[in-house]
Amino acid sequence: MAHALLKGETGEWEMVIGLEVHAQVLTKSKLFSGASADFGAAPNAQVSPVDAGMPGMLPVINKLCVEHAVRTGLGINAAINLYSVFERKNYFYPDLPQGYQISQYAHPIVGNGFIEIDLQDGSSKVVGIERLHLEQDAGKSLHDQHPSKSYVDLNRSGNPLMEIVSKPEMNSAEEAAAYVTKLRAILRYLGTCDGNMDEGSMRCDVNVSVRRPGEELGTRCEIKNVNSIRFVSQAIEYEARRQIEVIEGGGKITQETRLFDTKAGTTRTMRSKEDAHDYRYFPDPDLLPLKLEQKFVDDIKKSLPELPDAKKKRLIASGLSPYDASVLVADKERVDFFEKVANNNDAKLAANWVTTELTGALNKAEKELSQSPVSAVQLGELIALISNDTISGKIAKEVFAEMFATGKNAAAIVESKGLKQVTDSGAIEKIVDEVLRENPDKIAEYRSGKDKLFGFFVGQVLKKSGGKANPGMVNDLLKSKLNQQ
Amino acid sequence: MKNLTNLTIKDALAALKKKEFTATELTEAHIKATEAARHLNCYITETFDIARKQAKESDARYAKGAAGLIDGIPIAMKDLYCTEGVQTTAGSKILKGFKPPYESTVSGNMFRDGAVMLGKSNLDEFAMGSSNTTSAYGNVINPWQRKGDNKPLVPGGSSGGSAAAVAARIALGATGTDTGGSIRQPAAFCGITGIKPTYGRCSRFGIVAFASSLDQAGPFARSVEDCALLLQSMAGFDPKDSTSVNRAVPDYTKSIGQSVKGLKVGVPKEYRVDGTNPEILQLWEKGVQMLKDAGAEIIDVSLPHTQYALQTYYVIAPAECSSNLARYDGVRFGLRVEGENLIDMYEKTRAEGFGKEVKRRILIGTYVLSAGYYDAYYNKARRVRKLIWQDFIEAYKKCDVLLTPTAPTAAFAIGEKMQDPVTMYLNDIFTVPASMAGMPGISLPAGLSADGLPLGLQLLGKPFDEETVFKAAHALEKAVNFTALPQLLLSKAA
Repeated sequence: MAHALLKGETGEWEMVIGLEVHAQVLTKSKLFSGASADFGAAPNAQVSPVDAGMPGMLPVINKLCVEHAVRTGLGINAAINLYSVFERKNYFYPDLPQGYQISQYAHPIVGNGFIEIDLQDGSSKVVGIERLHLEQDAGKSLHDQHPSKSYVDLNRSGNPLMEIVSKPEMNSAEEAAAYVTKLRAILRYLGTCDGNMDEGSMRCDVNVSVRRPGEELGTRCEIKNVNSIRFVSQAIEYEARRQIEVIEGGGKITQETRLFDTKAGTTRTMRSKEDAHDYRYFPDPDLLPLKLEQKFVDDIKKSLPELPDAKKKRLIASGLSPYDASVLVADKERVDFFEKVANNNDAKLAANWVTTELTGALNKAEKELSQSPVSAVQLGELIALISNDTISGKIAKEVFAEMFATGKNAAAIVESKGLKQVTDSGAIEKIVDEVLRENPDKIAEYRSGKDKLFGFFVGQVLKKSGGKANPGMVNDLLKSKLNQQ
Repeated sequence: MKNLTNLTIKDALAALKKKEFTATELTEAHIKATEAARHLNCYITETFDIARKQAKESDARYAKGAAGLIDGIPIAMKDLYCTEGVQTTAGSKILKGFKPPYESTVSGNMFRDGAVMLGKSNLDEFAMGSSNTTSAYGNVINPWQRKGDNKPLVPGGSSGGSAAAVAARIALGATGTDTGGSIRQPAAFCGITGIKPTYGRCSRFGIVAFASSLDQAGPFARSVEDCALLLQSMAGFDPKDSTSVNRAVPDYTKSIGQSVKGLKVGVPKEYRVDGTNPEILQLWEKGVQMLKDAGAEIIDVSLPHTQYALQTYYVIAPAECSSNLARYDGVRFGLRVEGENLIDMYEKTRAEGFGKEVKRRILIGTYVLSAGYYDAYYNKARRVRKLIWQDFIEAYKKCDVLLTPTAPTAAFAIGEKMQDPVTMYLNDIFTVPASMAGMPGISLPAGLSADGLPLGLQLLGKPFDEETVFKAAHALEKAVNFTALPQLLLSKAA
């Protein structure tokens, strides 16, 4: 599966995929101005004169963005360049107010790195990363607001982006999707990007080419601005098929930039190589080269959180199945929640409750984890009640439903409803005796060899106790009483 | 009452303090003089209302004994400095009517210290030029004229309006910007003093950019000490400009009057270039002798890469300007000429908004940065620039300042030297090297040509050693004792 080959009319083809991910740095303000970088404000409400490219305005680097870029670089196992240079990428467009984008070109802040991606068959693969650089985002052109005019919203202009460029080392849509999934998880763990693709804070440019297995790289096409993991897969599948058809039909692939049509699920030409801009990159004379001290990098390294791969290993060591561990670590919010639940509790039990009961209830109520009426601490308390035999697993589900509906604590519900498990052997014995007294015929049947009836007795006892009798003690008592002649 | 428009800033400040006259009286005198000298076209926008208001506020501060460093001093503000709510054109049609919603740091510093702004002074379009003939708002006329010839002369450029205003006694001081000589050359042409401080000494925030790695703000005045005072107010670290340097501004006026005994003055042999007016070479020798007489030690030095400075400059400066001026696209501010579509709108707007010289430099800059030419031009120029810088660093191991002419000729007539751009570019041959190296340089009047025009000498200093530059310049100023007045003023007096 990992290295899937595509079958064409004339034989097998291999896809080669490289990804450029634009991740918006999680900061309050823009890369070179103090204006807010938040999403969703009214058009042009978050624009400083710097972002609007007004005469005489100058960029000043936002230190937090540099920190986050370094943090991300360390999180993707990459070399940090202590010397990097901001350059101008020159082109005209109405949503590019300065007439150039400040980016990094010859000297990016982060060099070679890699991440490990997890595939569906349980295997993993290392994908190389070529570089990470900082750059400013452009504004947004709105073409649908007026029949003959275009509008420009500069809120996004100057937002800080990390462009993370992979090596062309992926060979299937699944691998590409796994790459984006893992990269997004790492960014979220690091807290350097919120990874919200639907708000545009993470976007992908996908480079796709095809070749005969083992042959030289084919000509690639770049699909711009793909904004969900599902679309990444779809765009790759379509594009690879298209390229194979062109080549097998005797045609040639021309290097070009394409757009993914999310409705049709197809890609189409945006601009050909001939129309490509000469960006005339040169060092931005308004900004000095960025020089970092090793100590700055070391301090960030010391403060790095546990990342998905390390966390997964630890969770497996604590008793979770590799599958449960994978499911949990893939989502930072969920694993954080889980770890709070599992605190001092049985990890496996906690994992089950988070992935099955809680997730099921949330799905049913159409709620996000962040909106859960039962907090992680509350769920942990519930699980503790199961572990210390205060309630049975069955009662726990009932308690949980109540917690989910009311937000009350487990202990309070157990107390007020009298759901506490009965562990008083005298009390249980009384019920056992009652059940035996009421069913002399069943006893006779049991004793004559109908072993299955044991379950009937247990059920009767539990029922009489209102589900509260400790099942283990009920078993023991019944066994000894039924077996004495 | 004294002639209020022929004072030095120092004397005016002393008189204001002693209440010999008020800031309002000083300002009114300058407004009157400005009105009488409108034919010089020094200002693109007169701001008399602002000046009167600022003068009134200044008088209030004097009354309270709370006057600032240059309180009540009427100045001209080069129209490259963004001034909040006041039209800022950069001498270009493309910015006609543009009123910035922000204040440049340097003009803000001067207002903080009490400066009174008479107007936004004329300049070459986007500071590109050496004669103030590329302004979209007309030529500036130099108040000086050749003996027996009333042909209008250029004031130099790009800060021509500022220099002419100070020379014509319609402002006590002025701001300029210097990218390749735009303060020093017009100072020389107009018989006044102007200093370009070290790159990074003054904030570039709010100054319309021409070539960011070269642009530097500086003052004009009619004495070295006045320049020291003005620079004191203008200079300082600004967190809004990443290239401004975080070091304290010394008290520059303390340099004034200090002895130059033992000061090592370097004389670079490479500045003896062909085509330099022999009068200017004589003046240079005279300057050397004067400093020697004042006790300085004269040292022959070599700046071997000087000959490449001008060519290198005309790669780097256009490269940066081609990018800096991309923002004038008709989309958000300034001129827009509607078109059939976006590209057509861009082309029409820029074709109509920019003048010939600006277009020429944008084209040169775009060319030298383009794929296939980048290494041959831009990258090579950057490497040569480093060598030029290295030349200065080596020379300054042997001397404290360098003495050179400011410009190869005196002011020329409007229309002369305009047949081809290279002849015009040669005006900056002595000023460009220090710009490329980021070194401070001052020009002061050192004599008159045979036909009665002022000639300037330039003193260059070590990075951030404006103090020594002021010290040497003041010693030279004293020895020269330049008292000539522009014919314009003489004829008026007559």
